[in-house]
This record gives sequence, structure tokens and C-alpha cells, in this order.
Amino acid sequence: MSGIDWLTVVMPKGRIYRDAVRLFRRAGLPVPEEDDESRKLIVSIDGASLRFILAKPADVATYVEYGVADVGVAGKDVLLEENRDVYELLDLGIARCRMSVIGLPGRKLPIYPRVATKYPNVASRYFREHGQQVEVIKLNGSVELAPLIGLADRIVDLVETGRTLRANGLVELETMFDITSRLIANRVSYRTKYAQIRALCESLARAAETAAAGGTTSG
Amino acid sequence: MSKPKVFEKPVGVRDYLPHAVAKLRRIELGALDCMRRWGYEQIITPTLEYYDTVGAASTTSDRKLFKLLDHRGTTIVLRSEMTAPIARVVASLLRQAPLPLRLSYHANVFRAFDEGAGRDAEFFQTGAELVGDDSAEADAEIIALAASALQAAGVSSFSIAFGHVGFLNGLLEEKLPGRRDEQDLLKDCLLQRDFVGYRDRLRELRLDGEDRRALEEVLDLRGGREVCDRALTLGRSGEVLAAVRQLGEIWDVLGAYGVQHLVSVDLTMIGDFSYYTGMIFEGYASQLGFPVCSGGRYDNLLAQFGRPAPATGFALKTTRILEVINGQADEEERVLILYAPRALSEALAEASRLRDSGLAVVTASLRGEADWAEAERLAEAGRDKPFEYRGRTFDRLVVLGRREEEAL
Repeated sequence: MSGIDWLTVVMPKGRIYRDAVRLFRRAGLPVPEEDDESRKLIVSIDGASLRFILAKPADVATYVEYGVADVGVAGKDVLLEENRDVYELLDLGIARCRMSVIGLPGRKLPIYPRVATKYPNVASRYFREHGQQVEVIKLNGSVELAPLIGLADRIVDLVETGRTLRANGLVELETMFDITSRLIANRVSYRTKYAQIRALCESLARAAETAAAGGTTSG
Repeated sequence: MSKPKVFEKPVGVRDYLPHAVAKLRRIELGALDCMRRWGYEQIITPTLEYYDTVGAASTTSDRKLFKLLDHRGTTIVLRSEMTAPIARVVASLLRQAPLPLRLSYHANVFRAFDEGAGRDAEFFQTGAELVGDDSAEADAEIIALAASALQAAGVSSFSIAFGHVGFLNGLLEEKLPGRRDEQDLLKDCLLQRDFVGYRDRLRELRLDGEDRRALEEVLDLRGGREVCDRALTLGRSGEVLAAVRQLGEIWDVLGAYGVQHLVSVDLTMIGDFSYYTGMIFEGYASQLGFPVCSGGRYDNLLAQFGRPAPATGFALKTTRILEVINGQADEEERVLILYAPRALSEALAEASRLRDSGLAVVTASLRGEADWAEAERLAEAGRDKPFEYRGRTFDRLVVLGRREEEAL
């Protein structure tokens, strides 16, 4: 494996992108600041032999599994839901939140409660493994409305600060998983471009460590 | 469920049109012929097997097996791979055949995937099994044969990584003696390629610093022969030493085969631990996101069929290889014979003569003015280059009989 090949990195658009960019820049990789959707989706950084593709967060793992990108930044929530065959190399420590069971306080559950979520696979598996029978309802957004309008008794969703929940009078009943973004890699790329992926992984690991250290001193 | 439309097929199966079949046959014949030259003889086993025998012995997880009931109510599976059926044959029909046995196969296999996963439910594998030889030479022969078969199948650029399940088994037992559940948890993480989870589990285990570092360093054990030396600094139990020694021996034999430049040692390689017992390997083509071959040593499988014997083997993922090799290779010359109805016997005799000499020949009669006009146009267009006739390409045109005769 002589010579340096380009490494294609797929980045999630939107909320996580800004955090990821900050981390990549801290690691010395000049990723463009904005994920300006009106402009092209593919950006190259010549000095680092990196090419960036922007994708919907839920699609990042799919791109990587099929090898159109060698590595990517994907939320653990997506990895749990999509169950894609990829390497999960590094906890980037960004976009930190938790996936929780949420509901209205003090409500008694019916025998066969309904659970609304953007993560039907994760929710269904979680309740099965906890011996509870529920009906999972897949929603694509505004999940927190579901208990308020009587569509569901519980919801499964990501909680970052809990502000949205409180504003809607909801409470976090159970934390299911801690969620952060991960660096993932394609099965073949991880072997054929190991040196490059390892170098990227190490510089991101260092950047993530200093970010974590900086976070504790300032907080 | 509503009735399917007439052109629909079940999810995950596909039709192969002539162009794809030609490619598929080249891969298949190239690989099988390569295996034949290494002394491997091809066998064919049935598509259907009993769930309780071959189904239970195969590596495929239960929910990925296609199961059906025969007329007596016995559960049948569509074979999900060929290693277990071959083990059955070696332990039954070939029971008296002396070991070692070298067998090859090309077969369609079946896996049920989750709805919407978009994976093939039926695909082709071309592979080889070497039964009855537990030496490092046998493992190296299988890896070298895989490399040779990939080349013969037309995969130009690829690399192979091999490891050994005994190394991790031994290291985990050394660092976490008797703690099977915790070992399984760590193996599970590696099997799912979840290195983040693996490191998290390690932290939770509160091992002493050196042991934790050793288990973390496992994730980085890949490279050339030097990986074996590094591996020896991490553990020193009998199982670890044996695994590393075997890897070194395999590496040296691969050197003698002259294929060292194609292989690397990779101790992070995880196979199914309940099935593989020694060396395991995977092959990667540079243009494809999925492995193109995989294999390893499975010394416990034959015993399940009543003839304990060591064995090692591999399968090419033929359907995947179809995606990476380039289309047109040397196809035989195609001849079109157009003939006036009165020249029928002459035309068919000529066709037969050309077919005997190995050409592909299509005949068609010329009826009426339009056909003759087309024939003349083709004769003009196809003088030195391939031409198209009714959507098919031909290299040569022969016209027999004369237009005037028909006009009379």
C-alpha cells in the first residue's frame, strides 16, 4: 500500500457539523466552517488528502458501510438504530446527550402502552429486553408532542439539556444510553487505508482529549 | 399481503442477464480451474439440507437461515454456506477416503436478511476446503490458493489480512481468568467492530494498568511479521504462544509461496468464535466496500458429523467480485448467417461447420425486400467492424443465396 490515497470523510449536516468542525480544526484539519447546503456537497482539503462529503446524520453510517466514504462522523443514536456493519473507532465526545424514555409525570401506564419515537428499532429492542410489551410508533419529528396530544403514553428521544421537555411539562423517566458522536470506518478501508485512518483517529483522539480537559477547567 | 405483480420477485433475489452471466461464468471457471490446478476436486451438494444437521452446524445465525417444511413436516434449510455440507459429505460418502481431502465448489447459497436491508438473499460462492491437515502449511496453502483464485477470477488489486482466534481467546483467559461472561462481552464488542464499546468495557473492568494496556493494544495489532513479536509482549500463556507461533509459521510459508506482499497479519480480525478454531482471514479489493473472500480453520466442525478431523478453507464472494471486475473480456467471435430460403441447406451446413470450429453462429432467413435491403446495408456497414443486427452484436456477416433468385 504505497502512496497516499485520498480519504473520504462523510460528515453529518446540521447541529453536529459545527461541533465536528471545531474538533477537526483543533486536530489541525481545516474543514470549512459552514455546511452551506446551497453550495457543493463535496469539499477537498489538498494538504491533508481529505475529501469531505456532507450527508444527513441518519445516512452517514450507510455511506460508510457501502464504502462510498472511508470514514465518517455518526451519532451513537444512529449507529444503534441503523445497525450498520462498520468499525466504531473513537468516541469523539461531541454532541453529547442521552437517549431516554420520557413521559408526563404521574401517569399510570395502560397494559399495552404506546411509545412514539424516531428510533423504532432501538425502542423496540430496549423494551423487549426489559420484558415490557409496548406498541412502537415511528414519528419523523416533533416527538415531544405525542404524549401531549394523546398519540403515545411515552416517547423515546434524545435529551440534551432537558429544556424542551420541561417547557412541554414532560419528565425524563429513564436514561437508556449515553450518546456521543463516533468516528466510524468502512470494513475494507480500515484495512486498506489503515495508516491514514489511524493517523486521523489519533489526531482526533488528542483533540477530543484536550477538548474534554478544556471543558472541565472552564466549567 | 396483496398479490404480487406478475414481474415481481421475492426480496433479495435477482435475475442475471446474458452479459452478467458471461462475467459470472468467467469468474467461476477461472477460480475453479485455478483450484483444479492446485489439486482441488469439485463437488456438488444439494440446495436443501436438514435444519437439525447442516443447519445447526453452519456459522449462519438461526434467524438468517431460510427454513421450510417438507411433506413430512421436517424442517429443511436452504444451504447458507458450503462448508457444513462438505463436512457432511466428508464424514459420510467420503468416510473411507483417506485424508487429506482437497475439495472445491461453486454454489448458490441463501441468507435471509432483515426486511429492507437490500442484501442479496441468494448469491454465489466459489471456494475450497482442505480437510485432514492441521499444519501451518495447510493454512498457508489455503491463503495462497485464495490469492491465486482471486487473480484467476480477474480481481487485479487486492490484499489479504489474516489472524488467529487463539490469540485473543488466550489473552482474554490470561487477563480475565475464568471470567467467561466478561470475556464474551469484550469479544462481542470486537465482533461488532465496536472499538469504543470495547474500550468502555475494559475501563469498567478495573483491570490493573498493564493488563488493560495489553488488551487495548490488541486493537492496533496489524502489519507484517513484526506484529507477532509485539503480540508476544502482551501475553505469555500457552494458548497465546501457540497462536503467535502458528501465525509466524504461516507467514514464513506464505513467503515461500511468494505472496507475502499481498498479505498482512491482523490480530484484530475476529471470526465467529464458536466455529473458527485457528487461523482466520479476509481478502479486500481496493474498489469495493465489502470483503471479496473469507475463510479460516475450523477443527471442530467435522466431529459434529462423526468424523473428527482438522480442516481449513475459504470462499470467494463471487457475487461481490462481479462488481469489481471489468466487463468485456475476450468473447468468442459471433457470426451472422443470412440466407435466401433456397440456400437453407447450404446455410445450415456452413453454420454447423463454423460452430464446430468454436464460433458462435446465428442463422436467419431473408424474406422479402426489406430483409434484403437490410442485409445489403449490414454487408456495407459490417465490412471490417462489429455490427448490430436486431439488438445483438456480431463480428462477421455471411450472406448465402441471391436476391434475384427470390424475385423470380
